[in-house]
Amino acid sequence: MSASLLVLSVFLASAVEMVEALTIVLASGISRGWRSSLTGVGVALVVLAAIVAALGPALAVIPLDALRLAVGSLLLVFGLQWLRKAILRASGFKALHDEDAIFARELAEAQTAERGADAGFDWYGFTLSFKGVLLEGLEVAFIVLTFGTTQHRIGLAALGAGVAVVLVAAVGVAVRAPLARVPENWMKFAVGIMLTSFGTFWSAEGAGAHWPGSDASLLGVIGFTIAASAALVAVLRRRRPVAAVSPATV
Amino acid sequence: MARIAAFGRFWWEFIVGDDWLVSVQIAVAIGATAAIAATGASAWWVMPPAVILVLFGSLRRATR
Repeated sequence: MSASLLVLSVFLASAVEMVEALTIVLASGISRGWRSSLTGVGVALVVLAAIVAALGPALAVIPLDALRLAVGSLLLVFGLQWLRKAILRASGFKALHDEDAIFARELAEAQTAERGADAGFDWYGFTLSFKGVLLEGLEVAFIVLTFGTTQHRIGLAALGAGVAVVLVAAVGVAVRAPLARVPENWMKFAVGIMLTSFGTFWSAEGAGAHWPGSDASLLGVIGFTIAASAALVAVLRRRRPVAAVSPATV
Repeated sequence: MARIAAFGRFWWEFIVGDDWLVSVQIAVAIGATAAIAATGASAWWVMPPAVILVLFGSLRRATR
């Protein structure tokens, strides 16, 4: 049960982050050239792999209860950020994430930026792609490491992330356009629910609490978080602002 | 020194985000869970409602 939830959570989170990274890389590649942009992607992936390779084994030797307490707390605070933004979007207090708008903005910024003296390589395109992939990828690495080490299934967590990365990259290469049709806002809501639920479950376990029904109660925590979040969306919708809000960037 | 500060700021924003009160309140809830569990009483029921209360408070601050 928790294995499939683990893979699903990591897959959804990774897919969302990959869609965002793809938008930045496409804007960079189209406006500044593909060579520098793809080099930025490659270097960022190497840095991410180094971070996971360095931290993964280190986390694996920490006692399980201490790990669950630390990881659960971090995951909970991190997940509440996602859930808070998702609820604000769903209730109309924050603009929905619009990949087309973000793509247009990134493209305009990249086109107006000056080119460096080195005509053979565009450092602006490299930096834009590198930062985009590294920052979005860090969130994926964080989720893979926390979910994987706490469950002692880092391979399974990496599999979920890997499938998402390959899938989004393949679609991105095929369409060469921002993936605006991906239901990104709902996926973010789902990820916020998962991160918050796993964080709640593990932090309580790490603090010494024993869940009735052991791992099976994770489903109850997820159901409770969904119901409470839906109620919070309904409450906030009644107080929905009239004025439009600016496009979201996270 | 500036780079160390920027590095710290990045991780703070990455993990904690723009509402630090959430982290403090979660730490209090986990502490309460640990304290109740240490007495031998059932403590699993503390976190789920505490998390939703913390989320509710954060949303209220964001929409005020």
